[in-house]
Amino acid sequence: MSETSRQRIEELKKRYQQPQSVVLEALWMWQEEHGWVSEEGMREIAGLLGVPAHHVYGVVSFYTMFNRKPVGKHKIEVCTNVSCMLRSSDRILNHIRERLHIGVGETTPDKKFTLVEAECLGSCGTAPMMQVGDEYYENLDEAKVDKILNELK
Amino acid sequence: MEPLILPSITDYHTIDIYEAHGGYAMLRKAVGMKPEEVTDEVKKSGLRGRGGACFPTGLKWTFMPKQTEKPKYLCVNGDESEPGTFKDRQIFECNPHLMIEGAIIAAYAMGVKTVYLYVRGEYNKWIRMVQKAVDSAYAKGYIGQNILGSGFSTDFFIHRGAGAYICGEESSLMNSVEGERGYPRVKPPFPAQNGLWGCPTTINNVETIANVPLILKMGWEAYAKIGAPKHPGPILVGVSGHVNRPGVYEMPTGVLLTEIIDKYAGGVPGNKKIKAVIPGGSSTMILRGENLTGVTMDADGLKAAGSSVGTAGMIVMDEDTDLIRVITRITAFYHHESCGQCTPCREGTGWMHKILKRFESSEATQADIDLLLDVANNIEGNTICALGDAAAWPVQSMIKQFREEFERRVLDARAPVAAAAGG
Repeated sequence: MSETSRQRIEELKKRYQQPQSVVLEALWMWQEEHGWVSEEGMREIAGLLGVPAHHVYGVVSFYTMFNRKPVGKHKIEVCTNVSCMLRSSDRILNHIRERLHIGVGETTPDKKFTLVEAECLGSCGTAPMMQVGDEYYENLDEAKVDKILNELK
Repeated sequence: MEPLILPSITDYHTIDIYEAHGGYAMLRKAVGMKPEEVTDEVKKSGLRGRGGACFPTGLKWTFMPKQTEKPKYLCVNGDESEPGTFKDRQIFECNPHLMIEGAIIAAYAMGVKTVYLYVRGEYNKWIRMVQKAVDSAYAKGYIGQNILGSGFSTDFFIHRGAGAYICGEESSLMNSVEGERGYPRVKPPFPAQNGLWGCPTTINNVETIANVPLILKMGWEAYAKIGAPKHPGPILVGVSGHVNRPGVYEMPTGVLLTEIIDKYAGGVPGNKKIKAVIPGGSSTMILRGENLTGVTMDADGLKAAGSSVGTAGMIVMDEDTDLIRVITRITAFYHHESCGQCTPCREGTGWMHKILKRFESSEATQADIDLLLDVANNIEGNTICALGDAAAWPVQSMIKQFREEFERRVLDARAPVAAAAGG
């Protein structure tokens, strides 16, 4: 983990009664740097926070946003929950599947895209939608999806 | 009603514009009052929680012990993950300072020294927006040491989640802040006695907290007159699904559901009939379209109609909607989000999903309807937290309101040709 992140973790510890509270934020930092959270990462974070490595593993396996294996450069998360479903999110999902020639949970051979289905992302008023990284892409149709995928480098 | 939570003022999210419209004046007013006077205002206003349970906010604050050696905490719940709910995001984006001001006032009223705003991990973009607002509020002395020279000090930190619906449940949220897996805790003890790190803690929803400065500004009498008398105030209603103008609309409580759909959300595309409405997020009981007449968006109105306000996230479904598909998707969600602590919920949500899949593929039998109901009835009330109930209610209400949809799938199962035509 980078020196900047280590320093940030030390700062964040001051916000809580116990250093363990920083585990989510530390995992975010690790994932930001490496793209996914390896066991090496979990052990390093455990050391920095003074908690057992198995505790960090337990946390990682509970929260769905931590990647426990490498993913593509862009992780595409298509919401398929009710509000999006009612506005044809399955069409969006199928379109991306066909365009990228991958199934849900898979990564393109060039490691550029990973496609996953997401639970409600709080974008029900602008459905259908997908999230890529921190960005929300809303009110989607096939043409819009094509444009977005072309622009993602 | 002029919007109070989401006013249409350009750049209202910046502190200068917020201050120019009277922002943080209520914090100044609050720190000049006695803490219990502030709580009393909120109590008398009738404000009830906007996170789903409609619990009286002022009363909740009074549960916090006054004499204690332990530090006290306030968690502002911005985990917003209930399907159909997208209102807190609007506050983060358009009016973060109202929430921050409300949180600091609440902290003052309860003697809280640290506020944690818990935000779902997916909202990272909005976390950055709110952080900017927090930083500017610190810079102006509205958060931090000796706030506005009052001698009162409190901090405000954002805690980012990482993808777990259950962390919106208050005790899971606290476990998540402690760096644990987001398992709900057994209650009692309640958070006000034994919360974060065993210390007194109050958890309030983002929208609830955003109402606090409004109460101080207009006074509790005026606030209590807005909307439904027993559930007053402005409310953010999210409308999604089959409407022409989906979105978040601010209105007084007590507005007719039909008015929300027709007037605010522009009606149903193609003027189709409404088959069903889920009024307050996916866990609330489903209503039949023809039973919407006279039903209002407030605790009593929806209770009388056999449902609840929940998060006021309305999902509208037109006459062509396949409700079996809807309930199967909702149940898949609760199965996915069950934390796994309690057997009825961990196993039951999966069983319900499996049975519903049989209806979806027209392989179910008549007995499956009662089996499904039986499983739902055995989850409800038998779990540590309300996720079990949240999973059972949509299934129970769907069978109660739309039993014919299930029966049709059973008939379909006996006649494969009809199944192909049905769907």
